[in-house]
Amino acid sequence: MTATSANKRPFRWHIAIFLAPAVLVYTAIMIMPLFGTLQLALFRNVSQSQVFVGLDNFRTLFGDPNWSVNFWNALRNNVWFFIIHMLVQNPIGVVLAALLSSPKLRFSAFYRTAIFIPTILSFVIVGFAWKLILSPLWGVAPNLLDLIGLKSFFTPWLGKEEYALTTLGLISVWQFIGIPMMLIYAAMLSIPDEVIEAAECDGVTGMAQFWKIKLPLILPAIGIISILTFVGNFNAFDLIYSAQGALAGPNYSTDILGTFLYRAFFGFQLQVGDPNMGAAIATMMFLIILVGVCIYLFLIQTRLRRYQF
Amino acid sequence: MSRATNSFSRSAAAHAILIAYTIIALFPVFIIVINSFKSRNAIFRTPMAPPTAETFDLVGYRTVLAQGDFLQYFQNSFIVTVASLFFVLLFGAMAAFALSEYRFRGNKLMGLYLALGIMIPIRLGTVAILQLMVASGLVNTLAALILVYTAQGLPLAIFILAEFMSTVSDDLKNAGRIDGLSEYTIFFRLVLPLVRPAMATVAVFTMIPIWNDLWFPLILAPSEATKTITLGAQMFIGQYVTNWNAVLAALSLAILPVLILYLIFSRQLIRGITSGAVK
Amino acid sequence: MNTKLLTAILLGSSVLCSAGAAFAQDATLTIESWRNDDLAIWQDKLIPAFEAKNPGIKVVFSPSAPTEYNAALNAKLDAGSAGDIITCRPFDASLDLYTKGKLADLTSLPGMENFSDVAKSAWTTDDGKATFCVPMASVIHGFIYNKDAFDKLGITPPATEEEFFAALDKIKADGTYIPMAMGTKDLWEAATMGYQNIGPNYWQGEEGRLALLKGEQKLTDAQWVEPYATLAKWKPYLGDGFEAQTYPDSQNLFTLGRAAIYPAGSWEISVFNTQAQFKMGAFPPPVRKAGDTCYISDHTDIGIGLNAASKNPDAAKTFLSWVASPEFAEIYANALPGFFSLNSTPVKMADPLAQEFVSWRDKCKSTIRSTYQILSRGTPNLENETWVESANVINGTDTPEVAAKKLQDGLDSWYKPAK
Repeated sequence: MTATSANKRPFRWHIAIFLAPAVLVYTAIMIMPLFGTLQLALFRNVSQSQVFVGLDNFRTLFGDPNWSVNFWNALRNNVWFFIIHMLVQNPIGVVLAALLSSPKLRFSAFYRTAIFIPTILSFVIVGFAWKLILSPLWGVAPNLLDLIGLKSFFTPWLGKEEYALTTLGLISVWQFIGIPMMLIYAAMLSIPDEVIEAAECDGVTGMAQFWKIKLPLILPAIGIISILTFVGNFNAFDLIYSAQGALAGPNYSTDILGTFLYRAFFGFQLQVGDPNMGAAIATMMFLIILVGVCIYLFLIQTRLRRYQF
Repeated sequence: MSRATNSFSRSAAAHAILIAYTIIALFPVFIIVINSFKSRNAIFRTPMAPPTAETFDLVGYRTVLAQGDFLQYFQNSFIVTVASLFFVLLFGAMAAFALSEYRFRGNKLMGLYLALGIMIPIRLGTVAILQLMVASGLVNTLAALILVYTAQGLPLAIFILAEFMSTVSDDLKNAGRIDGLSEYTIFFRLVLPLVRPAMATVAVFTMIPIWNDLWFPLILAPSEATKTITLGAQMFIGQYVTNWNAVLAALSLAILPVLILYLIFSRQLIRGITSGAVK
Repeated sequence: MNTKLLTAILLGSSVLCSAGAAFAQDATLTIESWRNDDLAIWQDKLIPAFEAKNPGIKVVFSPSAPTEYNAALNAKLDAGSAGDIITCRPFDASLDLYTKGKLADLTSLPGMENFSDVAKSAWTTDDGKATFCVPMASVIHGFIYNKDAFDKLGITPPATEEEFFAALDKIKADGTYIPMAMGTKDLWEAATMGYQNIGPNYWQGEEGRLALLKGEQKLTDAQWVEPYATLAKWKPYLGDGFEAQTYPDSQNLFTLGRAAIYPAGSWEISVFNTQAQFKMGAFPPPVRKAGDTCYISDHTDIGIGLNAASKNPDAAKTFLSWVASPEFAEIYANALPGFFSLNSTPVKMADPLAQEFVSWRDKCKSTIRSTYQILSRGTPNLENETWVESANVINGTDTPEVAAKKLQDGLDSWYKPAK
């Protein structure tokens, strides 16, 4: 039906004009360089020239334990990193947004501004600040725990294999909580007053109102946030890199796909970068994210009911 | 009456939660800033205490300001961020409108194509981008950074804006069409004002990674004249890594401009969000 | 904004094309480096000294952070926007750049004769035919100690391992000082300040290193595992929470006078001189038994080469020849005590701590870090793995034997020594 109606009409130039600037800039600066790099995954450097090797690099990535162990480790860590965000960041974001959007709340502008501040800080600052605070030498964290009588609870979290990744996940949540909060806040504000008033007339208030009226209306926004979190987490790199370094210690326990890719592609210290293997890893990351986004676009997004006001 | 106490205790609980989270959010920033004004020994002895007359020391700031032109760095960051933001919002909104408003062949495919960019770190294309910039003579110019950031910001902007634009009422647009408005007028006059909250949100999202990026300034524009403030701060941290006075001062100086910028922008942002909501 | 942009464009293009134009008299050389700490020294001392002698050549020192240097430099070299002069990492990172044709051959550069073959070995091809960087400096490992603390506790610098641990016990029993300032958070401290620092005494320096290269020794042999066993014994003497202690934390811990001993590289000297309020001394890695020959890691760490795509090769060579001269060596070694000149002409150094370090060259046998030459060419990378495993051993998450086996297995998977 869409196609036939399009055929009847003359070519709609305005569509092309609306799309052109974005498509041009995006294709030239982003897509072409990226795919120029990704295709390296099919080549290998043999005595200073690129030779086509088909899927050999992927065979190495999955078949050679020197690569595959690191890959699966990074993927596992990455999944955990994502789970932390979904379980901690997004629920807290929804709660904060719900509290902020209640119409009679005072100082809401102050809270909103303050809670968003970590999000505007660079990874350099966040990584460094938290390293200082958690540093056993400087003692801010031990002192604080001492205040509430939990001094014995302190361990050098960033230096322990079992805690480091979770700690970094929570730091990342701390940094990015503002984004789900803002998006959901905007979605909540765009719920028309009439809807809320109608609900109140029917006696639906408080928590019941949130669960029955507001939550269904903000589901599309939660959907966007989930997919953005997914994409962001599987591309994450900077925080781990600035807090733990490119080797993502201790004992690779904080290694995620981004840091693994960085070491392979650009090299590190004495390790010489291998653009071909790097491109193979990047291709895998791309496929993982692509699958996730497709699931969202074709299975979830189409089923979410959208309301036009 | 019970209803009144109920709503009071509810709002007290709301404030308690919000205050608690605000403290968590601001504490690390607070620690960095107060310690940047203290002497080296005081930083280590009493990290939690605000500076007193005895421990007050500006040595960190003196070290930082003696080296490097932070005003220039700040100006560079500002130009790059604002220009990129403008292009991302304009081009992004246009493309998002085309995707959400019109049904045409390849619509979904185009949407997917434009979303590809959020799935691969653009860092991977570094060498090809750098070659492009060298070929066009844009190395060590702010224009190179603006181009890259515009391309980098577009996918996410289109993705979010398209989602919001599909909630704009069709009746309104069709009424406009019946009145004989062109598609461009409908977009600029009717739709854009309605999606202002989303635009404001996208603006903040786009701004943050641009302002904080370290990689592309390092590769594309590392010269003294084009250095951004994040790159400047990073070089300081590298250079004075054991000198915590200088490091904390550099961090504070890097935080301050974004904070001011954000406080200014946040009023616009909130106005944008609320004016969009009250129809 | 437009004029700003325009000037930026002009500036950018002038840097790129300055020498391309025939009428350009002034050549501007840009130095790529990871030594951002040295910015002031280059700007205030080295560059003026060179420019005074060579009118017509301008030099700009343009460092980036050490962690990003390799990645950023490679990207810039590939795209053709890198500076004329490249600061060289030792061994394979630079060798790789040379074989890709990014670094020019400097074998016949005037001034190269000032360096011995050993000094040049870090920047020479495997067959010894071509040298592609001018050696600048080496760094020596050892231990720096808080002299005031030692005097107070009546400790003299230990010469043997037994004395070393006795000293640590005494400091620990006293409780005023943390015995040793080292952390494992940044990994490389454990490997570089730990394993590579004390190791040469076990594997007998060059002898063991070359045997490892030839495949006659394995990392699982006693002389390569025992240093790990000793490292594991360091754990109780490190500060609380050393697992999350970063390199700057360690430095601060020592210079604030809270720790007594610092496992060091000589590059610390200039930083420590400005920050420590107490007297410092240094001792070489303690030998295992009194009377044993001592071995030190005297590692060729930094060189400087020519971008093969430089538009000013002649001016750049003039500059590099000057870097190879005794004059440069003298300024550099004194401006940066702890970076020891590799020039054959002896350099006079004023700093007492630096003199102490360099005096070990006479009484001990020198070697370089065992993982640097050839052995870190493959995947997994031996140097990176050594960082990780050294930290694991000190943290107690791997035993010395397990760590050694992991390293040897990794090496075996790609390294086939010529028999």
